[in-house]
Amino acid sequence: MAQKERELVAPEPNPETQAFWDAAKEGKLLIKHCRACGELHYYPRAICPFCFSDQTEWRESKGRGTIYSYSVMRRAPVPYAIAYVTLEEGPTMMTNLVDCDFDRLRIGQNVKLVFKPTQGGPPVPMFTPA
Amino acid sequence: MSINGRAYIVGIYEHPTRKADDKSLAQLHAESAKGALEDAGLTKSDVDGYFCAGDAPGLGPLAMADYMGLKLRHLDSTDTGGSSYIVHVAHAAEAIALGKCRVALITLAGRPRAEGMATGTVPRVRGTPSPDVAFEFHCGPVTANVYGMCAMRHMHEFGTTSEQLAWIKVAASHHAQWNPHAVLKEVVTVEEVVNSPMISDPLHRLDCCIISDGGGAIIVAAPEVARSLKRPKVKIRGAGEAPKGQMGGKIDLTYSGARWSGAAAFEEAKVTPKDIKYASIYDSFTITVLIQIEDLGFCEKGKGGAFVADGNLISGVGKLPFNTDGGGLCNNHPANRGGLTKVVEAVRQLRGEAHPKVQVPNCNLAIAHGTGGLLGSRHGSATVIMERE
Repeated sequence: MAQKERELVAPEPNPETQAFWDAAKEGKLLIKHCRACGELHYYPRAICPFCFSDQTEWRESKGRGTIYSYSVMRRAPVPYAIAYVTLEEGPTMMTNLVDCDFDRLRIGQNVKLVFKPTQGGPPVPMFTPA
Repeated sequence: MSINGRAYIVGIYEHPTRKADDKSLAQLHAESAKGALEDAGLTKSDVDGYFCAGDAPGLGPLAMADYMGLKLRHLDSTDTGGSSYIVHVAHAAEAIALGKCRVALITLAGRPRAEGMATGTVPRVRGTPSPDVAFEFHCGPVTANVYGMCAMRHMHEFGTTSEQLAWIKVAASHHAQWNPHAVLKEVVTVEEVVNSPMISDPLHRLDCCIISDGGGAIIVAAPEVARSLKRPKVKIRGAGEAPKGQMGGKIDLTYSGARWSGAAAFEEAKVTPKDIKYASIYDSFTITVLIQIEDLGFCEKGKGGAFVADGNLISGVGKLPFNTDGGGLCNNHPANRGGLTKVVEAVRQLRGEAHPKVQVPNCNLAIAHGTGGLLGSRHGSATVIMERE
């Protein structure tokens, strides 16, 4: 369980994504909803990647999902588990699985949101077994 | 309008170096260009179109046209990572069909080994950050683990095994033993692959391609140029290209853009996978080959594991001889971009110039397929089908 924490490079917010990172500082994961076509998408864009409408709005995710796929990077100074997690709301996002025994992970497993600090930037959304 | 029969591959060259401490990047591009022109029986002054990708120094075609002293009327620097050069072959054929150029030169080169790059295990950022970088870079999406996720999902959905994936490396190694330039010349077994150290689950060290310096070049020319030359004629029959990404979060790792680029190429060429005698399939990892073989239609989706097992990719043994130079898995992966060498070995096969131990008899129709970028996040697929005339 007690893994050495990997140092995380800080993400760089821009005008399009500032709200996402401001929410992250408050422990909230935002995804985008399109008012025109009703689709949710990730990673968040100003323009909907499905219908190209500019009528997109932020929605807060409940932070629950399942593991779509993962891979444990053994050849790193601190091994880590990259993953795609499918949120209850629908979109699948790239993330890391943290605070867990990597050898017991499996596809389909339920996971919940945690935020991890970065080096001098906003925290980033990651997941841990629920 | 179609490119089918409108252009020919008349020159190929694979640089023999695999570690280029004593050469510059521009020099490797130019030496490769020189080799391909000599192979074709053409000279530098015949070239009026030039194609290169992100591996070229500076502003690609501008830097290299100046370095090589080329007088050009058509330039293209489309960059889709390792599949760029297969796209270039198609774009060159298009430009030739439209009369925009007659002799197109495509070059690739890189020296990741000389520069000590850890290319598959450390994140790389190219140019201006992509809009996904802020959301993904901290996740550590290095090459090996993004392909690892594709393999994990394939195993989960279809029951594919590590042993089946290992057969792909085994087949490549059987071919590489005859290639004096190959980085890995030893024949390996399924056991050796699955017992090699785990890099990123479920991919072992021997599921990964090698890292090499080097380069290569291709000359595509108009039919009347091809007819004037003494080399065997390799006609371009069809091509396709397609990007595939995360689709706004509707991610599906079980298939690649080869589903689209392959279908387009087969349609244009008016042939089917059953007609193909030899296949060059991009092999950054064993899983890359498996997914592409399915998507190109050589077998049903999900049945790739059974298809590649038991030596089915070994020339003279199996149904689909692939990467008879040893591919990126054993021979060469110059600049971490394996698309150009895929075309080169397919042309050797069509000319009957592959190593006699791996030459496919009566090889009259071949496919070269590439994946650039990262299969599990954003990649560019490109396919070209060629025929010996």
